[in-house]
Amino acid sequence: MKVDTQLPYDKEYITQYSERRNEPQWFRDTRLKAADLADELPMPKLEKTRIRNWNFTNFKHEVSGAQIEKYEELPEKVRVLLGEKSANDNLIIVRNNDVAYASLSKELEEQGVIFKDIFTAMSENEDLVKKYFMQEGVSVDENKLTARHAALLNSGVFLYVPKNVKVEKPIQVVFWQEDPEAALFNHVLLVADQLSEVTYVENYVSQNENEESVANIVSEVFALDGAKVSYGAVDNFEKGTTTYVNRRGTVGRDATLEWALGQMNDGNTISENITNLMGENSLCHAKAVSVGRGDQKQDFTAKIVHFGKESEGYILQHGVMKDNAASIFNGVGKIEHGASKSNAEQESRVLMLSQGSRGDANPILLIDEDDVTAGHAASVGRVDPVQLYYLMSRGISKQEAERLVIHGFLSPVVKEIPIETVQNQLREVIEGKVY
Amino acid sequence: MAGSTLEIKDLHVEIEGQEILKGVNLTIKGGEFHAVMGPNGTGKSTLASAIMGHPKYEITKGTVLLDGEDVLEMEVDERAQAGLFLAMQYPSEISGVTNSDFLRSSINARREEGDEIPLMQFIKEMDSTMDYLEIDKNMAQRYLNEGFSGGEKKRNEILQLMMLKPAIAILDEIDSGLDIDALKVVSKGINKMRNDEFGCLIITHYQRLLDYITPDKVHVMMQGRVVKSGGPELAQRLEAEGYDWIKEELGIEDETVGQNA
Repeated sequence: MKVDTQLPYDKEYITQYSERRNEPQWFRDTRLKAADLADELPMPKLEKTRIRNWNFTNFKHEVSGAQIEKYEELPEKVRVLLGEKSANDNLIIVRNNDVAYASLSKELEEQGVIFKDIFTAMSENEDLVKKYFMQEGVSVDENKLTARHAALLNSGVFLYVPKNVKVEKPIQVVFWQEDPEAALFNHVLLVADQLSEVTYVENYVSQNENEESVANIVSEVFALDGAKVSYGAVDNFEKGTTTYVNRRGTVGRDATLEWALGQMNDGNTISENITNLMGENSLCHAKAVSVGRGDQKQDFTAKIVHFGKESEGYILQHGVMKDNAASIFNGVGKIEHGASKSNAEQESRVLMLSQGSRGDANPILLIDEDDVTAGHAASVGRVDPVQLYYLMSRGISKQEAERLVIHGFLSPVVKEIPIETVQNQLREVIEGKVY
Repeated sequence: MAGSTLEIKDLHVEIEGQEILKGVNLTIKGGEFHAVMGPNGTGKSTLASAIMGHPKYEITKGTVLLDGEDVLEMEVDERAQAGLFLAMQYPSEISGVTNSDFLRSSINARREEGDEIPLMQFIKEMDSTMDYLEIDKNMAQRYLNEGFSGGEKKRNEILQLMMLKPAIAILDEIDSGLDIDALKVVSKGINKMRNDEFGCLIITHYQRLLDYITPDKVHVMMQGRVVKSGGPELAQRLEAEGYDWIKEELGIEDETVGQNA
């Protein structure tokens, strides 16, 4: 069966949608141009994953979400991410397509931190958004899905941290797809100005085990010279959602970007995490864990491109596959000509828990410069029976022994998730998925 | 009744189709320390692994009973819960699991649900046992055996032994790779376990461990069997004269497994 690849939403619909929302003309133009491109451009090219039969077109585009008045209104799934009611005063909750709750501490507001819905930011902080939105990071014309993203954008958050401002407490966003058929075309734009510091954590939650929908997410992160950004995410879309998530970093001189991604979707997923180390002495750690189950197919790419001299990139991907799940883990370290004394390291490890599961680690190093260091390690295997024997010889049951080995296997990434409640939640999601 | 009894009767074991043990008989009672000695390749470690249930070893004949219960019918964790412990020659490294979490899970695995060891009590016991074994405190938070030196791994096995307090322990070459100071510390730990309730089977091919731990009985293995048993004086004679006199006495030319007398 070949699935229809043309969208049910045309340019007329997009124009009306944009007008209803009083979007600035420049953005309406971006959308319409993107709509044309979306028709022409091919789907993303994945070497080892066939996406021909995945659902990319069946979804509801516009679903509003009511304001959240009380903490008690939130479902358990969202509450566990927040912990105690007032734990985080820098929080946005997106419900379907709308920001339903937003708070930013007075202190941060006074320091000039901007944290708001991306559509509001387009008007109120037009210069900043215009400068960074799908320009140097992810381009509209990369493929059919990036073009669709711009054409149908229906959700997003803008975070700006001014020069020299160090945000101590993590900033959190929860994207809650309450409506099971609501699509999420979501954009996260994070700009950390020179010498600033920020920790950002996002959660994606849906409730559609049976209903089909689509998530098309682009995150663009800019760590300007000397900035330090820590970006944590737990993706937890249910089985019905087909996800395309593209997280892109641009790192300036002496700047650091750390990714910690918990890729826990239950539906088919394409996840691309690319970081461009533009500046001299820039640094990126890209850490990701994933668990595959059921019949889901997933394609993960972690890629770091070195442009700046003495830049350092470290990729670490750990995945656990069970049932009939299949996943590809691409790890790409690329050192451009001129990026001398750079270091590109990567490690991809896949643990398979069943006969029917498949995992493939695909390490690639592309090096155009002589004076560099690089290395890779990859492995695909099953839980070591001798390890289980050792644990069991102390009285630990087989199931508990497996649990310890799996948690241990995923912990190098899990412990990097910045907010404790989210970290605990990720552990629970892993627990729920593995057993 | 003082302690437990482990009975090994006519045990035959194969690995990858090759028979390694060819009828081992041994009985260890609570309060007794037994030493199994013998040159390399005679089946000593196989005996230890087979009793604990290592996945690579296949029992083809014979029985192992702990207080009359059939050990060979039990899963590995059930063997431990029944009171067996094996200090391994090559303990596994488990990344991401801290030594302390592992020990606590092991202790709690023997206790009823709802009766888990209180955290403070656990920490206190672990601290004092680590002190006793002169183990660096930060080892509690390091990942299980990961990056441990040979000596640290052995001490860690004895730490587990002392915390888990089994009825019968088998120590598989606990002395290999230890310098004299580490050997003394490890022996001190094992000797502390000595009481009427605790039985121990010490596997070694060096006499030197027995300078610090006095066995009640000494057994010599060759060709996959126990070929000679005696008291502590047997170990001393082995130290003085080596194994050749036994081979001569029994008419054995090659003592390793796969050879027949």
